[in-house]
Amino acid sequence: MQFQSRHFGSIAVATPAGRLDHSAADGFEHSLLPLAQDAQNAALIIDFADVDYISSVGLRVLMLAAKAARARNARIAAVALQPIVAEIFAISRFDSVFEMFATLPDALAAMSPEARAAYDAALTRDT
Amino acid sequence: MRGVRFWGTRGSLPVALDASGVRAKLVAALRDAQGRTFDSDADVDAYVDALPFEIGATFGGNTSCVELLTGGPEYAACDLGSGLRAFGQAVIGQHGPASPQTYHLFVSHVHWDHIMGLPFFGPAYIPGNRLIFYGGHERLEAALRRQMDMPSFPVGFDVLRASIEFVHLTPDTPHDVAGMRVTLKRQHHVGDSYGYRFERNGRTIVYSTDSEHKLTEPGERLAFADFFRSADLVIFDAMYSLAEATSVKADWGHSSNIVGVELCQLAGAKELCLFHHEPALDDAALAKMLAETRRFEEITRGAAPLRVSAAYDGLEIIL
Repeated sequence: MQFQSRHFGSIAVATPAGRLDHSAADGFEHSLLPLAQDAQNAALIIDFADVDYISSVGLRVLMLAAKAARARNARIAAVALQPIVAEIFAISRFDSVFEMFATLPDALAAMSPEARAAYDAALTRDT
Repeated sequence: MRGVRFWGTRGSLPVALDASGVRAKLVAALRDAQGRTFDSDADVDAYVDALPFEIGATFGGNTSCVELLTGGPEYAACDLGSGLRAFGQAVIGQHGPASPQTYHLFVSHVHWDHIMGLPFFGPAYIPGNRLIFYGGHERLEAALRRQMDMPSFPVGFDVLRASIEFVHLTPDTPHDVAGMRVTLKRQHHVGDSYGYRFERNGRTIVYSTDSEHKLTEPGERLAFADFFRSADLVIFDAMYSLAEATSVKADWGHSSNIVGVELCQLAGAKELCLFHHEPALDDAALAKMLAETRRFEEITRGAAPLRVSAAYDGLEIIL
């Protein structure tokens, strides 16, 4: 499992990659939870574009993050789920735990126009 | 072991299909039948049998009671939920009340939904019958007696006329009962519950209900995989969705379909049977959960497929 994080305005974006299963759960938890707990982050978006699979233990980490975010009234969203991961979210009912968006730009725009503008500016700069 | 017969499959408290539920099934079946012709009773039967389960049948509402079809001359069952009444009536109906029978009754724990059927178990009132209760709880007998005390029930435990014995079973140690090798495992549930592994003639059935899997300790996961190892059938507490079991219903002592599939796959079990259904779920919701669980098994399948079924009152699974 690989993990990166970025910030656009006051929104943190977590980007895990690979399989979020038993072997990855500890690392995923240690990387993700601080972002959910950080009072600087008005919202946390988890970008699943590079996640191939998530098991019950990976989903448990997501629940911990959701609880931590909600405890301080921060929003939390899941975006860009691959079809298999989207099915697992639906079967486990985790699609009712998170705000769900098709893409990261969609989520940013819905949560904070400033964050979306920061994302667009970064995209322009990087290209 | 030949298999199992489910007499009660619901968690927490009994439920019944109500008038609006029956009406909805009739409306759905009649709408589906529009334009069809039925030339004989056989045509009608064939049509009804082909309806989706959630329209043509019901999962039922009795609480936990699962008969073990041991292949031996004596009866055996897991838990004493409200389904126990129908089990007793069926045996009396088969043999008549004057034919003494022996019943081996394995109790997962003494929460009310798992013992409430005993006061209505006809064979317990008939002299000559022999009832042997097995469990891992020291207070099993006290709990069964207490629920029949005044003012909760008008007939006291001492009025029961069958011969009654209690056998305390130590977890993690195989015991020989009724020709079966029986092993208990302590499970995470308020006040503890015990799962049972039954082995006979090369066949294995695991009964694991009212068991929460916390997903935090790898050792616990592996221990349950060992307990389920290569079982022909695992009857598994799938009361909640994983989202519920890890949030608002965490520490309520129950598990999910997702964890059931994962543990059975890890164990190399052959069939997972979803059990201890949430009483708030109707037939359509339970049928949807079964379909989704089968899809999850397909997504995550390893070398060998895992059969997935959902228990209903009256279901027989023959190994």
